[in-house]
Amino acid sequence: MQRDERLQSSEAIIGPGQTYSGITDKISGIPLTDLSKTPRGWIVGFAIAFVLLMMYLISIIWLFARGTGIWGLNIPVAWGFAIINFVWWIGIGHAGTLISAILLLFQQKWRNSINRMAEAMTLFAVACAGMYPILHLGRPWLFYWLIPYPNTMGMWPQFRSPLAWDVFAISTYGTVSLLFWLIGLIPDFAIIRDRSTGIRRVIFSFLSLGWRSSSRHWHRYEMAYLLLAGLSTPLVVSVHSIVSLDFAVAQVPGWHVTVFPPYFVAGAVFSGFAMVVTLMIPLRRWYGLQNFFTMKHFDNMAKVMLVTGSIVFYGYLMEVFFGWYSANEFEQYMVLNRMIGPYAPYYWALILINGLLTQLLWIKFFRQNLPVLFVLSIIFNVGMWLERFVIVITSLHRDFLPSSWDLYIPTFWDWSLYIGSFGLFFSLFFLFIRFLPMINIFEMSLLKFEEDEKEHKLQQAAATSAAD
Amino acid sequence: MATPSLYGLMAEFDNAEAIVKATHRAHEEGFMDMDAYTPFPVEEVMEYVSPHNTGVPLFVLIGGVTGALSGFILQMIAMTIDYPLNVGGRPPNITGWPSFIPITFESGILLAAFSAVISMIALNGLPMPYHPVFNVPGFERASQDRFFLCIEASDPKFDPNRTRQFLQSLGPQRVVEVEP
Repeated sequence: MQRDERLQSSEAIIGPGQTYSGITDKISGIPLTDLSKTPRGWIVGFAIAFVLLMMYLISIIWLFARGTGIWGLNIPVAWGFAIINFVWWIGIGHAGTLISAILLLFQQKWRNSINRMAEAMTLFAVACAGMYPILHLGRPWLFYWLIPYPNTMGMWPQFRSPLAWDVFAISTYGTVSLLFWLIGLIPDFAIIRDRSTGIRRVIFSFLSLGWRSSSRHWHRYEMAYLLLAGLSTPLVVSVHSIVSLDFAVAQVPGWHVTVFPPYFVAGAVFSGFAMVVTLMIPLRRWYGLQNFFTMKHFDNMAKVMLVTGSIVFYGYLMEVFFGWYSANEFEQYMVLNRMIGPYAPYYWALILINGLLTQLLWIKFFRQNLPVLFVLSIIFNVGMWLERFVIVITSLHRDFLPSSWDLYIPTFWDWSLYIGSFGLFFSLFFLFIRFLPMINIFEMSLLKFEEDEKEHKLQQAAATSAAD
Repeated sequence: MATPSLYGLMAEFDNAEAIVKATHRAHEEGFMDMDAYTPFPVEEVMEYVSPHNTGVPLFVLIGGVTGALSGFILQMIAMTIDYPLNVGGRPPNITGWPSFIPITFESGILLAAFSAVISMIALNGLPMPYHPVFNVPGFERASQDRFFLCIEASDPKFDPNRTRQFLQSLGPQRVVEVEP
């Protein structure tokens, strides 16, 4: 008996003593809170995010007025913060799809309580990411030239360039993530419709499309959801692979490496899970969601971070090895320049964070200690940002001809556009947790039903073995 | 045959095991036009109520193949016929096909995903602003914590009195008439 209780506390993916109506009350209660009763913490958080969003807007306006010269870009470093931040944000998004699609196919039940939030994070991260290449265009108002359409100029996008692949990969990824998220929301919109009155009821009636929880509908719904998961799984792997080809297809030393696609995908998942943990720990505390985000969740996510972080570290080691083994003086110099050049502190910080600090997660204490995990998750995201900085900047700033070497020094506008993008992300995220159910309600009820059945079967088995 | 003043008879249950047993019994009894309303998908119930193929996979296949083909053909036309240009040593003819694969893949996925969502919604007959089952008082709990089984009047075996007796025999919370 005592062993059973212990198992419950560390292994349970849903807290004890839940009822269907209890689950629904708790989760749908958050978006259904009266506007005048919005928690003060939410208002303060949203206000801060909104101020940052305004900073983002001002940075964009100044960029449009003056052009990319306001950034620290130069030749040879033509890809500065814009590309670093693009890759960083799109990587963060990957965890959402991994949780919602890949873990669904692997029947990892614990995903049910975090997938909605992770998918929202994906959408907002892709929105932040997608802005950067457009802002980096120089003439951003002509961004639609990237889309193939018959035009009087007789021009096509260069379909054999990884940059054109990127356009398709990112736009497909954003669209499919949105579809996946919306289809998951339909039954929950119906729940909110059934629990609300007045104008809110009208709005959610429209959003729920008249969903009536019919089993015939559920049947098709489940099939469509499963197929979407099956489609998203190769999609998410393809997206960061294509992003990595932006680098790997070029001949710049440090970029022309075959290990890039898998190593970029692992890095994306690593930073994405770190971001999910960063968001979940405060939400769990502020909204009292201990029964839905259990220690089992954090333990599992820490393990995913450990695995993907170690793959990334392997990638760093391989970069050094390739540099030496290529017997190419430019590659060899690039490795040396990373280690002892002007950006060496960034490189060593990266090795310390992504290479060594992740190894702490072998120890259960670090996986299950929330304050420690929270701090680690933020540090990991800094580490992943440094990785992209090192890849983009150290490779470009000293390439083939020493006469064209230069340093890249980010300006105020580089930083303001980067920090401002947090404003976009968190403004959207705060609106999401306030107005939509942040946990998938029907999937939690299903999870409870399945856990009950499992327990029921265990009890039956115990009863029959006792009878024998 | 159905009287036009009745959509069907609906029984309400308060747990998932009961609705599984009830649909199983109704299925054995030979009812075809019935539907269960549950807050979450219950696999056994779906097997009895909707034993047929959902139709969604075929649309997804068609969408995926159409998307991939049109993505590939678009690139071939643009890069080898309309404006052939040798860039990066990738030949401007059919032998340059590997560099067209990423966009082919992405457009296939895009159209397949749209097909999945649109065919699911359309085959389910959504959006549907009005449906008779919403006339049942307390039906709003179907999305939350109650389980309903509705035998529709269009069923050939439907008979207002005998079907009511049958539903009563399943031990429901209550049995109500659903107005059309």
